[in-house]
Amino acid sequence: MIKQKAILFDATLCAGCGECYNACKEANHLPETSDDFLKDHLSANTYTVLEEYVDVYTRKLCMHCVDPTCVSVCPVGAMEKTELGPVIYDGDKCLGCRYCMQACPHHIPRYEWSKVNPKVKKCIMCYDRVKNGEQTACAEACPTGATIFGDRDELIKIAKERLASDPETYYQHIYGLEEAGGTNVLIISPVPFDQLGFAVNLPKEALPTYTAKALEKIPGVVAGGGVFLAAMYWLTKRKNQIAAEEKQNKIKSFSGEEK
Amino acid sequence: MKHIIPKITFWRVVAVIIIVAGLYSTYLRFTGGLGASTNLSDEFPWGLWIGFDILVGVGLAAGGFTICAITHIFNIEKYKSLARPAILTAFLGYLLVIFGLMYDLGKPYNIWHAIIYWNPRSVMFEVAWCVMLYTTVLFLEFLPIPLEKFGMKKLLSFMKKIGIPIMITGVILSTLHQSSLGSLFLIVPQKMYPLWYSSLLPVYFFISAVGAGLTMVIFEAYLSARAFNKGIEADLLSRIGLYSVIVLMLGLVIKLIDFALTDKIHLLFTINNYTLLFYLEILVGTFVPFGLLIQKRIRENRRWLYASAIMVISGFLLNRLNVSITSITPGAGIKYFPSIYEISVTLMLVTLGMWAFKIIAKNFPVFSTEMHYENRDYELEQKVSESKV
Repeated sequence: MIKQKAILFDATLCAGCGECYNACKEANHLPETSDDFLKDHLSANTYTVLEEYVDVYTRKLCMHCVDPTCVSVCPVGAMEKTELGPVIYDGDKCLGCRYCMQACPHHIPRYEWSKVNPKVKKCIMCYDRVKNGEQTACAEACPTGATIFGDRDELIKIAKERLASDPETYYQHIYGLEEAGGTNVLIISPVPFDQLGFAVNLPKEALPTYTAKALEKIPGVVAGGGVFLAAMYWLTKRKNQIAAEEKQNKIKSFSGEEK
Repeated sequence: MKHIIPKITFWRVVAVIIIVAGLYSTYLRFTGGLGASTNLSDEFPWGLWIGFDILVGVGLAAGGFTICAITHIFNIEKYKSLARPAILTAFLGYLLVIFGLMYDLGKPYNIWHAIIYWNPRSVMFEVAWCVMLYTTVLFLEFLPIPLEKFGMKKLLSFMKKIGIPIMITGVILSTLHQSSLGSLFLIVPQKMYPLWYSSLLPVYFFISAVGAGLTMVIFEAYLSARAFNKGIEADLLSRIGLYSVIVLMLGLVIKLIDFALTDKIHLLFTINNYTLLFYLEILVGTFVPFGLLIQKRIRENRRWLYASAIMVISGFLLNRLNVSITSITPGAGIKYFPSIYEISVTLMLVTLGMWAFKIIAKNFPVFSTEMHYENRDYELEQKVSESKV
């Protein structure tokens, strides 16, 4: 089986230099969007940002969920979870319903609102590079090792080791290990994750299971409904017929008596 | 052709203004994209066009399948005169939903992709197929109306044969579709204010659509009676009004039980804008009309009946907007209010719908039942006319 790739971001190691931001822009041929990368935000032209909180820098990018909500909600399968881990997008299939944006628990997908032929834009974990066995542009560019790329299993092991070996420094949680079923981007930090603007109210269950519960009732509704309605039609029709016949008979017998 | 130039009335002037404004917004939407025409954003990707044009549009079309089930499947014949106005509303409603989708979808020219690219895990995929299939069913249910008008007996005789399977298909598709619109929101538990989020959303959507869809029949009968003196017996309408509020009340009781079971009762006593909107929704949409129409004297009064119908429809509208817009809290300080262009497109759709209903009801056998094909035996008539020759 192919091992899933992942990104581990360790906020304690990040110096806030912005090399990941620049490398991402370059690798994806994205135009400049801000003079100060620390003030930039995710947009159709920015797939990753660096955010500054008190003494801590953190990155925001697509989390590449293990069971991605965007992939499950897309009516035409324009979003795809690849075997290697990256969640990619096919703009030619897309209808533009924006359900992926509405449903994403991490508020990641962005839209080309000003275009007449708009596409959804987000980090695709440098899928073309990863496919060729290379690492992502952001991991390659990071000078401090805050962003590293590798097998998800390996990175989880590394994260756990770091948390265990230095409990003073690390807040004891790996973000992305279990959030909404887990993600292929893992984050460790010195402070709780709500202080870095991450969604901390996510269930452990992958969100697609919520709609699956409703969708799996469809065959029952179709089969049960069909049988019930057909039976009701037949029964009520027969009842009306009998009622009509009885009425006829009464009229007949009544007129017979008169004769 | 007595009047070549139509008479200028207040409502006609309003309608013309709405359509002109809507056309300008249409121009903006298709030349400047969604960004130029809407207040939607990355934080708030769904707005009025989903909340009203789709959710309310489909919901208020529910009278079509409810009345069809009552009259054609459960064979309760006295309501038959309600079937055609309800089918016409549903058919026009669905056409407008598709029309509205063309504005809301970023790539409307790809709408047909749902036919070739399948993702059965997606509720939106289910919604797309229900829209396609049920619109086809509604077309077939509507077809006898023009066929009768133009006396196409052979086709009518064929329609009569396939009528019942079509009606049954329609009821099943509607059940799926009405509920699946609620299922769309099941996947955002962390984004919705808990007064509206529930695993029972599909059930709520179904029940409220049945209730509000029924009152649409009352609303239309009122407008039709005003417009061209064609109406429906008051007795039938007041009964429909009663059934509608009973259904809605049942929905509310389920909701309150669900609140109790999921520990949400305290939210009803938390005073904030969400709670106020929630109370407004259930008071206008359910409590007050229930309190009124449960009384025989009031529901048999035409004016009160219509007033209650309008209340139910308003409450329904508020509920759909609450679920799709108010309850969505993507982050602190992020608010959405539709742009004037979004509003004008929605108003244009409503106006076009009412206008189309009026024209069809005026010129086709919608409100009169004597000549309806269900009650005629075309094969017999054919034989009779042949024997005469």
